Amino acid sequence: MIDFILAGIIAVSCVYGFFNGGAEAVSNAVLTSGQTAVTLTLSILGAMATWGGVMKLAEKSGLTDRIARLISPIVSIIFRGLDKNSKAFKAIAMNITANLFGLGNAATPLGIEAMKELKAEENCEDTASRNMVLLTVINTSSIELIPSTVAALRLTYGSRSPMDILPCVLTVSVLSLTAAIVCAYAFDKIGRRKK
Amino acid sequence: MRITSLIVPVFVLGVILYSLHKKIGVFDTFIAGAKENIAVCFDILPSLVALMLAVEMFKASGALSALTNLIEPITSIIGIPSECVPLALMRPVSGSGALSMLDSILSEYGADSFIGRVASVLMGSTETTLYTVAVYFGAVKIKKTRHALPSALVGDFTAFILSALAVRLFLGA
Repeated sequence: MIDFILAGIIAVSCVYGFFNGGAEAVSNAVLTSGQTAVTLTLSILGAMATWGGVMKLAEKSGLTDRIARLISPIVSIIFRGLDKNSKAFKAIAMNITANLFGLGNAATPLGIEAMKELKAEENCEDTASRNMVLLTVINTSSIELIPSTVAALRLTYGSRSPMDILPCVLTVSVLSLTAAIVCAYAFDKIGRRKK
Repeated sequence: MRITSLIVPVFVLGVILYSLHKKIGVFDTFIAGAKENIAVCFDILPSLVALMLAVEMFKASGALSALTNLIEPITSIIGIPSECVPLALMRPVSGSGALSMLDSILSEYGADSFIGRVASVLMGSTETTLYTVAVYFGAVKIKKTRHALPSALVGDFTAFILSALAVRLFLGA
C-alpha cells in the first residue's frame, strides 16, 4: 500500500505542479528533499541517543518491571477475564510499560510474544480474539509518557518550551485510547450477536 | 517556571539514582541505549528520504495548499487547523511520512504556533496504526483481524479532533 501512496502523491505533485506553474519548484524539491531528510535525522539524532540511554537504564535497572507490576490492575480491567498469572498477562503488562517509556525496540517483541501467548491460551486459529484486538488497539495508540522525538524536533524549530505540549499529549492519548477500547468492546458485542 | 519543565530532569535523575541503587553499570548501560537509538535513527533514514521526497514534491507543487484550502470550510466547523489534515491522513499509514509532514509544518508555521502545537500533539498521541496492525497479526498468522482496524482508526480520529481542543484548553491559543 505504501507503494501506491508514494507513487500517488508524486504523480499528483507532478501533474498539479506542471499545470499550475510550479514545475520548477517540484524539480527543486526532488533535489533538496534528501537533504531535508538528512537534516531532520541529524536534528533528532542527539535527543534520540540521550533518551535511548536513559530508557535503557530504566529497562536494565528493573524500573520497567516494577511499573509493569504497578499497572497490572489496569491491565486486568481492560483485559477482562484474562488470568493474572498467565504468560500472556505478564507479556501484555510488559508491552504496555515499554510503550509508556517509549521503548519501541522492546515493545514490539513483547507485544508479539503476548499475541503468541494469547493465541495459544485462547485457542483461536486464524481469527482474532477480543483480547488480541485490544492489545493491538493499545499498540496503535501512542501512550508514550514523554514524546521525546516530537519535543526534540520542536526544539530544533525554536520552541521556547518544547515540553509544554505534554499535558495535551497525555490527555489526548488517554481519551483516544479509551475511545478505541470502548469501540473494540462494542464492535466485539455486535459481532457476537450477529453469530 | 512551568511544571512540565520539571518532569524531564526529575525523571532522568530518578532513573539514574535508581540504576545506581540497583548497581547496574550506569555509564555502560546508558551508552548501549544511546547506541541502539542512533542505529534506529539511521535505520529509518532511507524510508524518511523516500517519504520526504513525496511530501516535499507535494508541497512544492502547490497541491498541498490547494488541498488545505479545499478542506478549510469543513475543518473550521470542528475547529481543527486544515494545515494538520494531511498529517492526520499520513499518520496511520507511515511513521516516516508523518515525521516528514511534521517537520514541514513546524518549519513553515513555527513550533509554538497554534498549528505547530496541534500537529505536535497529534504526532505525539497517535501511532502508525496500519503498520502496527499488520505486524501484530502477521506475526501470529491471524488473517481475520475483525474489528481491530476500525477500532484503532476511531482512536486516531478521536485524537485528531481532540488535539486542537486540548491545545486551546491547556495552552490557550
